[in-house]
Amino acid sequence: MIEQINPRARRDAFGSKINRDHSPLLAFGLPWVSILLASLTPLLPVIAPAPILPPFAYLLLLAWRLMRPGLLPSWAGLPLGAFDDLYSGQPFGSGILLFSLTMIGLELLDARFPWRSFWQDWLIAIGLVAAYLVLALALSGARPHEDELVALVPQFLLSVLIFPVIARIVALLDRLRLLRIRRLG
Amino acid sequence: MAPPKVRGSSSNRKAQLSVFTGYLIAAAGAAIGAALLIISLWQPQALAGLRSMATDAAAPVGKAGAGARTGGQSFFEAIAGYYRAGSKNAELEQEVKVARVRLAEAAALKQENARLKAVLALRDAEQKPVALGRLIGSTSSSTRRFAYISVGSADGVAAEMPVVSPMGLVGRVLEAGRDSARVMLLTDSESTIPVRRATDDVVAFAQGQADGTLRLRLINLGLNPLKKGDVFVTSGAGGLFRPDIAVAVVDTITKDGAIARMLSNPAATDFVAVEPVWKPEAVRMLGVQAAPAKDTP
Repeated sequence: MIEQINPRARRDAFGSKINRDHSPLLAFGLPWVSILLASLTPLLPVIAPAPILPPFAYLLLLAWRLMRPGLLPSWAGLPLGAFDDLYSGQPFGSGILLFSLTMIGLELLDARFPWRSFWQDWLIAIGLVAAYLVLALALSGARPHEDELVALVPQFLLSVLIFPVIARIVALLDRLRLLRIRRLG
Repeated sequence: MAPPKVRGSSSNRKAQLSVFTGYLIAAAGAAIGAALLIISLWQPQALAGLRSMATDAAAPVGKAGAGARTGGQSFFEAIAGYYRAGSKNAELEQEVKVARVRLAEAAALKQENARLKAVLALRDAEQKPVALGRLIGSTSSSTRRFAYISVGSADGVAAEMPVVSPMGLVGRVLEAGRDSARVMLLTDSESTIPVRRATDDVVAFAQGQADGTLRLRLINLGLNPLKKGDVFVTSGAGGLFRPDIAVAVVDTITKDGAIARMLSNPAATDFVAVEPVWKPEAVRMLGVQAAPAKDTP
């Protein structure tokens, strides 16, 4: 007698394994789309008299790059930074420069420390966000003033605290990214 | 996750080359960014067209959000209203009584003002707003303070026009796209506004600070006459802003002036009016368009 097969035997977390495959558009496009959408945060209905919100696009870029090295090409900083500059209020080019430098820096870091845990990723993100905020201030074209560094502190703390949340969101998107939705045959 | 394994290979020539090309392209990207950055720091308006286009494209999203923001605010205000309703009611009644008296006084003053102006044959140039729009967003993570409004050159908005809310001055238009415009808020560190104390003629410059306050710097140094609670209005100097738009209220006194809070907190502002430049001839005569913002010491 033929045993009844387990109905879940031909499925995994990403869907049916028969007749279905990953969609390249979703698998490679989702990181880009999510970072581009995060660049649109200035159009959120939050009118802030001081810089408070964390740089979401940059944090998402970091989270994707730290979680899935090699998924975003090393030149991804150019288009993503350019789009971010269109809305962020920074002079055009500052996002391109900082995003590109981040991608190069993380590439070098990967070569030196290939295996990391989340805590180390978080530490790396903290360091990079601090550098990003200070450099973005320096490149903002405004007159430098010591008060502005103090004004960055709440934004920095918020970025540090929100990074694990963003990493979780990226993990969720990563599972979504690999869903088998393409029908074969 | 560990990075892909191919990169460490020393025998695979193709993999090595692709790693090298990757670095090269990334470095080229950074170089392009640096070049564009230098251009846009040198000529801030060089890429304005590109930015306006992008904002125009995304403005509908912002507009929808702005409506939701107003709704949300009134929702929370309604809840907050129940808290200590009784004592608040008593306070408000008292305030209304005082305000009625003040209103009568103001009406009398207005009448006298009109009479005196008639004597002097001065005519009140009524400033009609160019356009009414919503604040649809702001650069909430950058150090620069810009906001986006939902009206653009299609409604007659042009660069340098003042943006006011019923509570006071919000900023001035920096770049106008077709359906949206970018506004430099008062709290941007590049924004400097000539102001005077509402009650007398103590003149000062109100300069934006990154933490959302304004630094008032008195022009006549010496004994600091400011007190906490003094209200500052635009003085009309420079020709950009018409006189007597409320700007800020003094919060703490410093050596050369004071730190002031913006009166029309953009976070609480919904609709704004774009007004025409007050005295275009004067602005033109002063040469540089951004005269009051740039030429301060």
